[in-house]
Amino acid sequence: MAPQPTKSLSVADIAAPETRDGTVLQTRDVHKIYQLGETQVHALRGVSLEIRRGEFVAIMGASGSGKSTFMNILGCLDKPSSGQYLLEGTDVSQLEKKQLAEIRNRKIGFVFQGFNLLARTTALENTELPTLYSRVNKVEREQRAMAALKMVGLADRMDHFPSQLSGGQQQRVAIARALVNRPSILLADEPTGNLDSRTSVEVMEIFQSLNDSGLTIILVTHEHDISQFAKRTIVFRDGKVRRDEGVTNRARAAEVLKTMPVLED
Amino acid sequence: MDLLSTLRIALRALARNKMRSTLTMLGIIIGVGAVIALVGIGQGADQTVQKQIANLGSNMLFVSSGSRNFGGLRLGWGNTKTLVREDVAAILKECPAVATAAPGTQTSAQVVYENDNWGTRITGSTPEYFEIRTWPFQSGASFTDDDVTTAANVAVIGDTVRKNLFAATDPVGKTVRIGNLPFIVVGVLQAKGQSPAMSEDQDDTIIVPLTTLQKKITGQPWLRFVMVSAKTRAGSYEAKQQIESLLRDRHRIRPEQDNDFTVRNLADMADLASEASSVMTALLASIAGVSLLVGGIGIMNILLVSVTERTREIGLRMAIGATEGDVQRQFLFEAVVMSMIGGAVGIVLGVTASLVIASSAGWPILISGGAIAGAALVAMAIGIFFGYYPAQKAARLDPIEALRYE
Repeated sequence: MAPQPTKSLSVADIAAPETRDGTVLQTRDVHKIYQLGETQVHALRGVSLEIRRGEFVAIMGASGSGKSTFMNILGCLDKPSSGQYLLEGTDVSQLEKKQLAEIRNRKIGFVFQGFNLLARTTALENTELPTLYSRVNKVEREQRAMAALKMVGLADRMDHFPSQLSGGQQQRVAIARALVNRPSILLADEPTGNLDSRTSVEVMEIFQSLNDSGLTIILVTHEHDISQFAKRTIVFRDGKVRRDEGVTNRARAAEVLKTMPVLED
Repeated sequence: MDLLSTLRIALRALARNKMRSTLTMLGIIIGVGAVIALVGIGQGADQTVQKQIANLGSNMLFVSSGSRNFGGLRLGWGNTKTLVREDVAAILKECPAVATAAPGTQTSAQVVYENDNWGTRITGSTPEYFEIRTWPFQSGASFTDDDVTTAANVAVIGDTVRKNLFAATDPVGKTVRIGNLPFIVVGVLQAKGQSPAMSEDQDDTIIVPLTTLQKKITGQPWLRFVMVSAKTRAGSYEAKQQIESLLRDRHRIRPEQDNDFTVRNLADMADLASEASSVMTALLASIAGVSLLVGGIGIMNILLVSVTERTREIGLRMAIGATEGDVQRQFLFEAVVMSMIGGAVGIVLGVTASLVIASSAGWPILISGGAIAGAALVAMAIGIFFGYYPAQKAARLDPIEALRYE
């Protein structure tokens, strides 16, 4: 990957080129049953979904609706009790722990509510982290991390520690970290949950521009406003998909930001 | 993840908590340092004792006339009259393991030179005495066999006697009085120092021809001791047996009776001393080993705390692609790095301590490469052993739970 001279984004930087079109992931009748002592908790009761490349999906639902369980399965952090999960055509529900770790490393970018940056570690090194677990040499590691930081507009902060960054900036570092291994999908679990409303919209602006350049994004949120930045919303209830529809009157974060008062900076 | 990156991560994690890491390492530092220092000191002490024993004489055996039992009244050594010069001749003739032998007897007397006087031990012997005890002269020489034959009034003095009677003057050729008899000093012995076995000043002595002492001072024709030198160190055990059976025979001691003499072998004494000091060394080293163990438990404890503290970090690392092996290695490396650094510092500390103690006690400097290599290995083993459980615990974390951990 060539170092990026500007903040502009390109599809080739983000999406794995050979699978740029078609279905990225597909679930077929996915069930998840937890054994909690004596009782069984049926967290997912047959979820069948298909998400295509370039989609921007918001997953919504009350707590206990199964959306987090579903996200964990999509993120290969958990396996379905039954059913299939195909990620780029591979049935990952059959894979071993070690192979799942590799899939998480190569194909999935995670963004969390709590940022989860390593303290006393610079933004650049935080961004580099996933490349440590893949066979990437030191030089390329740094180039990729710098490019990813440029994408989220933090090239000038790469030597800063998380404690020296605002919440929004920390989340942007986390997004850069999620992008550094050029994943097929970006999974964001309540990414704006810890941010004020303006910063939330700023983060959504980044997501939208990443999505515009071709990255598939799946976002879990319980805020209706945030879901309106996506292209499609899926609502979970009682372990099942209750609603799956396109977003009409999709909000553009860049536009919304213009209407919001600037509080700081 | 490659090992170098794992090592870097481990080092950074330790650097992040410098105080804690240092305190944790302290356990290993003290343990390793103590083991090395104590083993070094133990070996140094052992060598010193061995050297002192060797200093008494080469392959030396000491035959003393024994205690005697007068129907219940037991007298101390030198109270039997059965050990005589003929025994010495027989030992030389009939004990093949013996190289030389010197008969001897002893008394104490006041020695006068000009205005000074000094009470000291007077030993009567033959010129072989100096040879057996490997005792060189600082000036002059031994009296001769002729002096022994003629019971000449000549004397060899020890360094302590020289200091007390002569100060700066050369005693050779001067005349001293022992009791009422004048003796010409023919030689001065070099200082030998304290005797390790009897803890007496070996240099506080005057040696005169055996016959002179027997005939002119004590009037007793029997011997108190015979100094024997075996041909080899190993042969000294044989020599002891040969002398014992010969003397029992010559003294007509019946099988059920005790010896009327005692044969002491310096090799036995050396063995005994060396056994004692190795037991001591082992004892000290195992106490130090316990502190090493405690140090290891300290590492485990801190790592367990660290795993709990960094649960979210572990969850994150797993989410972004770390395998269980990666996580396990990361924590194992932390343990090993801590124990290795602790071990290295401990080695430096232990070596320094042994050097300081050796030089202040005047012992030979003994730092065994084996102890150092052993300490390094043990330190690493401790890291692996005590790091394994916490590392395993970290690797077994469920990433979902770990990420949610508050």
